[in-house]
Amino acid sequence: MTQNTHTSPSTLTDYFSSLMQELDVDPAPAAPIRQLTRRSFIKLTGLLGGGLALGFNLGSQKVMANTVNSNTEFSAYVQIRADGSVVIQAKNPEIGQGVKTALPMIVAEELDAAWEDVEVIQSPIDEDVYGRQIAGGSRSIPENWDLLREAGASVRAMLVAAAAAQWSVPASELRTENTRVIHDASNRSVGYGELAEAAAKLEMPTSVTLKRVGDYRLLGRRISGVDNHKLVTGQPLFGIDQSLPNMSYAVYQKCPAVGGKVASANLDHIKSLKGVKDAFIIEGNNKTDEVMPGVAIIANSTYAAFRAKRELEIEWDESEASKDSWTAFQAQAQELALKSAKNPLVTTGDFAGAMTAPGHKIVESFYTHHFVAHAALEPQNTTAWYKPDGSIEIWAPTQTPMRGVNGVANSLGISQEKITLHQTRVGGGFGRRLTNDTVCEAAAIAKRVDGPVKLQWTREDDTLHDFNRVGGFHVMKGAVDASGKLVAYSDHLISFTEDGRSAVSGGQLRMTGYPENACANASMGETLLPLKITCGAFRAPASNTVAWAQQSFIGELAAAADRDQVEFLLETLAALPEPTEPRGMNKHRAIATVKLAAEKAGWGKVMPAGRGMGVSFFFSHFGHIAEVAEVSVTDARKLTVHNVTVAADVGPIVNLSTSENLLEGAVIDGLSTMMGLEISFENGRVQQENFHQYPILRSNKAPKIAVHLIQSDNHPTGLGEPGLPPLAPAVGNAIFAASGIRPRTMPLSKEGFTI
Amino acid sequence: MANYTLNVNGQALEVTDVDPDTPLLWVLRDELGMVGTKFGCGIAQCGACTVHLNGTAARSCSLPVSAAADMVVTTIEGLALNGELHPLQQAWIDHDVPQCGYCQAGQLMSAAALLATNSRPSDQDIDNAMAGNLCRCGTYQRIRLAIHDAAAKLPGRTG
Repeated sequence: MTQNTHTSPSTLTDYFSSLMQELDVDPAPAAPIRQLTRRSFIKLTGLLGGGLALGFNLGSQKVMANTVNSNTEFSAYVQIRADGSVVIQAKNPEIGQGVKTALPMIVAEELDAAWEDVEVIQSPIDEDVYGRQIAGGSRSIPENWDLLREAGASVRAMLVAAAAAQWSVPASELRTENTRVIHDASNRSVGYGELAEAAAKLEMPTSVTLKRVGDYRLLGRRISGVDNHKLVTGQPLFGIDQSLPNMSYAVYQKCPAVGGKVASANLDHIKSLKGVKDAFIIEGNNKTDEVMPGVAIIANSTYAAFRAKRELEIEWDESEASKDSWTAFQAQAQELALKSAKNPLVTTGDFAGAMTAPGHKIVESFYTHHFVAHAALEPQNTTAWYKPDGSIEIWAPTQTPMRGVNGVANSLGISQEKITLHQTRVGGGFGRRLTNDTVCEAAAIAKRVDGPVKLQWTREDDTLHDFNRVGGFHVMKGAVDASGKLVAYSDHLISFTEDGRSAVSGGQLRMTGYPENACANASMGETLLPLKITCGAFRAPASNTVAWAQQSFIGELAAAADRDQVEFLLETLAALPEPTEPRGMNKHRAIATVKLAAEKAGWGKVMPAGRGMGVSFFFSHFGHIAEVAEVSVTDARKLTVHNVTVAADVGPIVNLSTSENLLEGAVIDGLSTMMGLEISFENGRVQQENFHQYPILRSNKAPKIAVHLIQSDNHPTGLGEPGLPPLAPAVGNAIFAASGIRPRTMPLSKEGFTI
Repeated sequence: MANYTLNVNGQALEVTDVDPDTPLLWVLRDELGMVGTKFGCGIAQCGACTVHLNGTAARSCSLPVSAAADMVVTTIEGLALNGELHPLQQAWIDHDVPQCGYCQAGQLMSAAALLATNSRPSDQDIDNAMAGNLCRCGTYQRIRLAIHDAAAKLPGRTG
C-alpha cells in the first residue's frame, strides 16, 4: 500500500480515536451540476465482458500503473457489459446495514439503469483503489453519496454521447430510462450494452448534471437486499462459511483477565487428543486490538478443537492482568457523585446560583448504565493461509478490513503487500468488528500451520473477550423556574480511561449543544477512573448512554415543572440558538421529528391506568430522530412495550426498506439492551459467558414499531446507528408516565423490571 | 470414532470417522460442507442452528450425530424443493427480512416447522414458535409479517 498506510496505534484508546477521526467526514451539501475537476474516474478497457468500465481515480500510483498496463478487473467500479448487464462493485463491508444494496442503488439511479439489470459484486479490499472501506460511524451513505452519483452520471453521459454520435442528433434530445437511451423525436431507443463499446472510446465528461430528489426513480423505493436469495437458501456468504481444501480448524484461549500471560499449559495432553494436530503458545504483542498471549489448538474439525479446548489447563501469569471490579467501581462512583467533575468541559452562566435561587425547582438524579457486550450472532472467526513465499491470504468478517491488513502487518512484522484480505459478509457488526483482534490472531496462528486454517471463537470466547460498551454513571442536576422553564442543567459523567488521559471509546460525555445551550446556566464535565477491561464502539457510541440520562432527565424536569413531556421537550429545543453549521444539530429538524412522532403515536390520547407514553429525541451521526414509546407497567414492575413510533430526518432515503428495517432493529436493540443486558466483572474476569446469562430480547417481547421518515433536502446520512439512542429514554419516560416510577439504571432488570 | 449414513434433504450421505458425540451442526458444516446451518451459541439458546428432525424444529448444536442417524434431517439447503423456493423463503425476500442475515436460516426452519402443522398461525402462535430464535439485528416485526404472508400463499390453501 502506498497511500493509506495506517500507523499501528499504541493503545486501544488511540486505535479508536484515530478510527473516529478517520470517520469524521463532512457531508456538506453540493450543487447539482458537478465539475469533475479532480478527474475522479478513469476509463478501463480490456475487461472480461467488454463494454464500458470506469474505476475510481484516487490518484494512487497503483491505479495509474494498472491503467498503463491495460487493466485488470481489479478497479472497475462500474461496468456496462456488451450484453447489457450492469456490474457495480459494493465497496464497503456488509454488516446488515444494507450498503451492498444501497451504494449500487445510488450509482444505478444516476445511470438510469433498470435495477433488474444490475449485478452487484463485493469489491476487493484496497483503499488505494476504492477509498475508505469501512462499515462504521453510519458513514457509508454520506461519504459515498457524491462520488457514486458522479460515477453513475459519468457513465450515463458517455452512453448518451455515443448514442448522439450514432444517430447524429444532439445529446440534448436524448433521455435515458431502464438501461436504454431514447430519442423520442425519431421514436428510437438503444440498450446500453449496444452502446458500451462505442462509449468506451469517448472522452470522460468534464462535468455532469445530477438528478434532483423529485426525479428519482429508484432511490426511495423498497429494494430487497441483493444477497437475500443466497441468505434464505443457505449459501456460503459469511466469514464462518469459508472453506478451503486441506483446511485445519483452530481455537485460541486467552487469559480471562485481560493482560494475563501464559506461564504454562498442558500442551502434551492436548496434542494427544483425537483430532488434534498441534497445540502451541502464542506470545503475541500485548496489544488488545491485535494479538494477546494465549494457547492455540489446531484440529481436524471445529468440534475436535472445541472439545480439546475444554481440556486445556493453563497457568496464567496475572501480574499485569486486569483486577477490575464492577462492584468496586459502583461504590467509587457513589462517592465521586458528591464531588464536582474532575474535568470540566462546559460552564455557562451561574449554575450554582441557579440551583439555589428562590422559586426554582431543583432536580438531582443519579443514572447508572452497566457495561454491555455486542453479542453479534456470528461468533468471531477468520480464515488465514500463510504461504511458503511469506505471503498471507485472509478471509474475514470485519468492519474495518484495511485496519485488519494493518494489524496483521504490524503483528506479524511483514509488509502490507504480502497480505490479501477478502471481505466476507458480516454476521452482525454493532461496532464489535471495528477491531481486528481475531484477524490478527488467525494470522499469527496460520504462520505456524501448514495450509489454511480457520480460527473459530466459541460464544463464550466472544462474550469474555469483547470490546465492551463501557459502563458509567451520570450525575444529573437541573432546575426549572417558577414559570416551568429550564434554567439550569448539569451532567457529570463518571466514566473510565485506559491511558490515563482520555475516556475509553464510548466513554465521553458526548455533547450536541442540547440541552446545555438551551438554558442560561450549564455545567458539563467528566471524571475518569482507570480501567483495563477492554472497551470499544457500540452502535452509536457515547450517544447511546448520554441520550438515556439526558432525555430521561429532561422528562424528570418536565415532571418537576408539571409540564407535558412533549411540550417541555419542544420548548427546550426551540430555546437552542439557530444552527450555524450544516452537519450539526438543527433545532428545526429536531422539532419537526418530535412533532411528527407525537402526532403519529397519538400523543395525549386517553389510556387506561398503568399505561403511558414517553418521548425522547436525540441527534447523532447527523440524524435527527424522535421516538415515542407506549408502555404498560404492572405493580410487580412487569412491562409490556406495546408500540414504538419513530420519526427520523436523515435527508433523502436511498433504500426505504433498509431504512425502515434499521430503525425497527434499533428499537429492538435498544429495548433488548436497556431491559436485561449487562456485563459485570470481578478480579478482571467477565462474569457472563453465553446467552443464558445474556438475555437478548426475543420475538415474543417485541413491540409493534411504526417508522416515519421526513425526506428533507439535506445531504443524506446513515441509519445504522442514530435510531438506537432515543429508545431507552422514551421507554423510561413512558414507564414514569404509566407508573410514577422513574427508572435510572440500565439494564432495568437491576431495578426489578421484567418484560 | 464411527461411520454414519445420514438422511439429509432426501439424500443418503456417508460420514466417516467422526466422534459419536459430535453435534449434528458440525457434521453438517465441517464434514458435509452444508454451511447454511449456523453456529451461534452451542447451547441451544439462539436457534441459529435450527434444522428439522423428522419434520420438527430442533437445535442441531446440541444433538449428537449418533442420535440423528436414524432420523430424517432437513436443513435450509433442502427447504426449497426442485429449485422452487418455499413460500417462506419467497416471503423473506419480498419483505426484505434480513439485516445481517446470520440468524435467518434458523428463523426460516422454525417458521417452516410451524407452518407444516399450522397453516393459519395467529400472532401468538408465531410468538410461541419463534421465541427460540434470536435475531440480534431485531427483524422480528418483518419475520412475523413474512410468516403471515407465506401462510396465505401456502399451496393448497383456499380462502
